[in-house]
Amino acid sequence: MSDQTHMPDGHDLAPGEEEQHSVGTRILGYVVGLVLALLLTATSFFIAGTDLVWQPSIPVALIVLAIAQMGVHLVFFLHITTGPDNTNNVLALAFGLLVVFLVVGGTVWIMANLNANMPPMDHIMRMRQ
Amino acid sequence: MAMTETVGRAHADPHHIGLVIEHPGPAPKRIVTAYGFWVFLLSDIVMFSCFFAAYAVLHGQTADGPKGSEIFEQRNVAIETVCLLLSSFTCGMASIAADTRNRFWFYLGMAVTCALGLIFLAIEFREFADLVARGYGPSRSAFLTAFFSLVGCHGLHVSAGVLWLLTMMAQVFAKGFRADILRRMMCFALFWHALDIIWVAVFSVVYLLGSAV
Repeated sequence: MSDQTHMPDGHDLAPGEEEQHSVGTRILGYVVGLVLALLLTATSFFIAGTDLVWQPSIPVALIVLAIAQMGVHLVFFLHITTGPDNTNNVLALAFGLLVVFLVVGGTVWIMANLNANMPPMDHIMRMRQ
Repeated sequence: MAMTETVGRAHADPHHIGLVIEHPGPAPKRIVTAYGFWVFLLSDIVMFSCFFAAYAVLHGQTADGPKGSEIFEQRNVAIETVCLLLSSFTCGMASIAADTRNRFWFYLGMAVTCALGLIFLAIEFREFADLVARGYGPSRSAFLTAFFSLVGCHGLHVSAGVLWLLTMMAQVFAKGFRADILRRMMCFALFWHALDIIWVAVFSVVYLLGSAV
């Protein structure tokens, strides 16, 4: 491990690190990310409170918008892209997402099942007596 | 066979980007450090996913207490969101300034990031204090427990981030843009941007879905 870093000499990129660009290009990247994120946020808040769209579609739209905005943050702020020099970072992210989906999806699924199959509370109380 | 002809090249250059390095050696410290921190951030996100799962299970268990739609104020959440978004942007500006060794823009970017983070924390603290004052503290119902632990955990992360931010400013002031300081700055930027990603999930799942459903 060398300490004289700064110029990445191989073709690996650290997470959060961009390929060598001029300062102007880098600032432009952040501006684009900020504008996209603000647009998506505004849409989310608008959708949540509007009567203009079919009501059952609102939760789905909110989740899709949230995932899109996380993607914008990953690409423009964290600079996690699909480029070949980013493979390690993307693989770690993919594994993290797998665990997240297992935890959240599994919990919601199992707990909903338990909840649906549990007898009502007064029923349990009567069985105890 | 064509297979045997290409195999030598394919080993040295698995992605075919034309840059053949026979013995690249260990990765530079900058990449190792940031990668390790990235793995930590992912495990932090996994921890948050447990809080999200708990919230998703418990959000209906209000024990005759208030529902989400009765206590959430969209306007405050919108201000908080804009604060965090802008702070992510200014944090990016500060890291560009650090890379170009520009002290003035670095201090300015970090100071604005700090101010926006503090505004976020102040609004969140006021919301929590208001809820507790109305008797809707975390012990009122399972829903409120899950709400306070999820949003409070994010708030704790932001508080830690603000402390780290001030430390980075002090370190740059005292030691300048050394290689190790720049590595810490990079980790801090990753941390701050990751907090913003988690906040996107929080405001969508907790506040917007909570008041829509």
